[in-house]
Amino acid sequence: MATIDANKPDLPAAGAKSHPLYWKNRGFAHHFRNADEQFDACKLGMWLFLTTEVLLFAGIFCAYAIFRMLYPDAWAAGSHHLDWRFGGLNTIVLLFSSWTVASGVRAAQMGNNAALIRNLVITLICAGLFVFIKLYFEYIPKLSAGKAPGTFFSYPYAHDPHEPLWWSVYYIGTGIHALHVLIGAGLLSWVLVRAIRYEAYGPTEYTMVETSALYWHLVDLVWIFLFPLLYLIH
Amino acid sequence: MSTADRTHEPDHDHHDEGSYLTPKYGAMGTVWDWMTTVDHKKIGVMYLFAVLFMFFLGGVAALAVRLELLEPVRVAADGAITGQLFAPAGAESINTGNQIYNRLFTLHGAIMVFMFIVPSVPASLGNFFLPLMLGAKDVAFPRLNLFSWYIYVSGSIFGILSIVLGGVDTGWTFYTPYSTTTDADHWRVLLMVLAAFVLGFSSILTGLNFIVTTHKLRAPGMGWFDMPLFIWAIYATSIIQVLATPVIGITLLLLIFERLFKVGIFDPGLGGDPVLYQHFFWFYSHPVVYVMILPGMGIISELLSVHSRKQIFGYRAIAFSSLGIAAVSFIVWGHHMFTAMGELASAIFSALTFLVAIPTAIKVFNWITTLYKGSIAINTPMLYALSFLFLFSIGGLTGLPLGALATDLHLHDSYFVVAHFHYVMMGGTVIAFIGGIHHWWPKMFGRMYNEKAGMLGCVLVFIGFNLTFMTQFFLGTQGMPRRYASYVDEFQFLHTLSTYGSWLILAGFLVHLFNFIHSLVAGPKAPPNPWGGLTLEWETESPPIEHNFHHEVLVQHGPYDFDTVVPPHCDERDFPLPPQDQPPASH
Repeated sequence: MATIDANKPDLPAAGAKSHPLYWKNRGFAHHFRNADEQFDACKLGMWLFLTTEVLLFAGIFCAYAIFRMLYPDAWAAGSHHLDWRFGGLNTIVLLFSSWTVASGVRAAQMGNNAALIRNLVITLICAGLFVFIKLYFEYIPKLSAGKAPGTFFSYPYAHDPHEPLWWSVYYIGTGIHALHVLIGAGLLSWVLVRAIRYEAYGPTEYTMVETSALYWHLVDLVWIFLFPLLYLIH
Repeated sequence: MSTADRTHEPDHDHHDEGSYLTPKYGAMGTVWDWMTTVDHKKIGVMYLFAVLFMFFLGGVAALAVRLELLEPVRVAADGAITGQLFAPAGAESINTGNQIYNRLFTLHGAIMVFMFIVPSVPASLGNFFLPLMLGAKDVAFPRLNLFSWYIYVSGSIFGILSIVLGGVDTGWTFYTPYSTTTDADHWRVLLMVLAAFVLGFSSILTGLNFIVTTHKLRAPGMGWFDMPLFIWAIYATSIIQVLATPVIGITLLLLIFERLFKVGIFDPGLGGDPVLYQHFFWFYSHPVVYVMILPGMGIISELLSVHSRKQIFGYRAIAFSSLGIAAVSFIVWGHHMFTAMGELASAIFSALTFLVAIPTAIKVFNWITTLYKGSIAINTPMLYALSFLFLFSIGGLTGLPLGALATDLHLHDSYFVVAHFHYVMMGGTVIAFIGGIHHWWPKMFGRMYNEKAGMLGCVLVFIGFNLTFMTQFFLGTQGMPRRYASYVDEFQFLHTLSTYGSWLILAGFLVHLFNFIHSLVAGPKAPPNPWGGLTLEWETESPPIEHNFHHEVLVQHGPYDFDTVVPPHCDERDFPLPPQDQPPASH
């Protein structure tokens, strides 16, 4: 089997960390010329992937814009049901987590594993907090009041016949975003486990931290657009 | 298969590696080896067989469609029905037959577009040759490459499952609201949409991988303008794949939600906008026709240059026109909805559509000029390349009356459209693909194919293709609408000719199939460089060794310097250089 056999540096002398995932033991895949080239390739790949994510959400934003134009009253009525304080709180939570994940990358570059772990844990707590606020203070009360998407809509005091469509766009937009929050949290948990168990990241090996953090910033960025469109504009 | 012809053996300084095809384990071990391989060559070969299988399935549906159209459906005075292929005689059978027909052309379209032609060239030949032509050992993300193959297979399985469960009749475009309401009691439409959604990820990941590979893994000495034009074409293709496919992803996801939860985004009954679906759909699906044709154009650049032993004419013009087509592809989608938009928007989209003709024509003129005073070899790849020039030019030029508002009003949704896109997609991409397979067959499998049989197949396909689709231009201008199971008697002659043509195409492909099988079983061993090519894949053995090259490649000549460079592993007597006493004509 053709493998991605790595060009590995000499393992450090006995007594030092000997696990292959320890950052000083990491090599690079044989089809790259050096570790820097591999890092650049991974980063470029991640940026391209983020481009596709932006275009994916672009579809939802486009649908939002079209229906806002077609049914302005339904959009105004719908957004009045959203509490800007929860949206705002979640915005702060995500912005803060973007800061901590960026600090985590910095910590990995500086070889400060403890700071990396600390920052990742805070980021993950923020991710959990975001999903909790979304579910507990927003989705569940709204769904139980009948403010549900499409055919499930049963809210008796709707002002506009097109409010179900508003809720469809709201749930699809925030739902796909929440899914991305969970995926991002999954990636960062993976990074965290490797940081704790193998001390896998350091000045010469932090590709995974960097790319996962990039993904996390995208999750943040999408919310930065969703929040004003859904909560603030009436 | 064993290693290459030892008379042209490359030197072995480092280690003696076997061909990538040499099995190193037992039977099960070899299967496991292929299923878990991260070698771009093996993944390319697996893609090749997968897409050709899908081509076969889609082709069977096409032949069935043509067979139904051999005769018009007639109801005699006594109620007897003739000319209907898919339904038993009986009072209800016209409707039943029509429904089966609707499913067949949908299957043909959906399979050919999503499972065959979009992944065809980039995923198979692209995967195999992009790293080789760049002088790299693999693509940038080998595991992602394998992953994208599995996504492709999963998506195809969803599609086949949908067919087995009875198929869909929405047309390959899944237009709403029909696609959200038809077969409401069944999930086969859902499965087919899910298949297209999943296949999109495969396409995105392949494109992403190729872009990064092209940026980061070019051999030392290879600048952007030293790359073969095939790479430029694949690069432009990849950009479209990465930028357009996510939009179809969200569109099909919304369509799935629409069917499952009645979210109302595309359903006019719930306040949704079906034209929004069409905008979303074509924002992907128009760029994606260039995903289909650009790699074919890349193949043609290689074939024409190598087999006429001429420096490609207008290298940069061809390279930039690939990027130009990719850029223009994103701003012309509206021409699929001229009847659903206002006059101004239609006029603007019509004008933008004509822009596509410019980079396309630049390519065609440069290819023809490349042939001028070339030493043209008449072999299967060259015949296919010449067929491409002929057929693609017709396909391209007939796109212009469809892009013009006044003529499109009469021609849209007619057989003229069907003929036009088949001239581009099949006359362009499929012809280039088959030509490319012949050109690179010796490199991929280390065996030569039978040249006479290959040329016979090409001639059959060429004649059959023109018989099948040239007739449809006339049918379209006379008013034959697309997607109908029957027609008025006046159209029978042309329809019958068209069906006969489809049988000729089948015969041509069968000749190729047997030729390939014969080549694998008993073909003579291929030398490393049978055509005297100068791109890097010809520097390694046939088939390539597992790590592609024995040494790190250093690029010392351009990919088309046939005037000045004796090809690697070749005898100068076979590929003589032009006399050097007069300076070669400057371009």
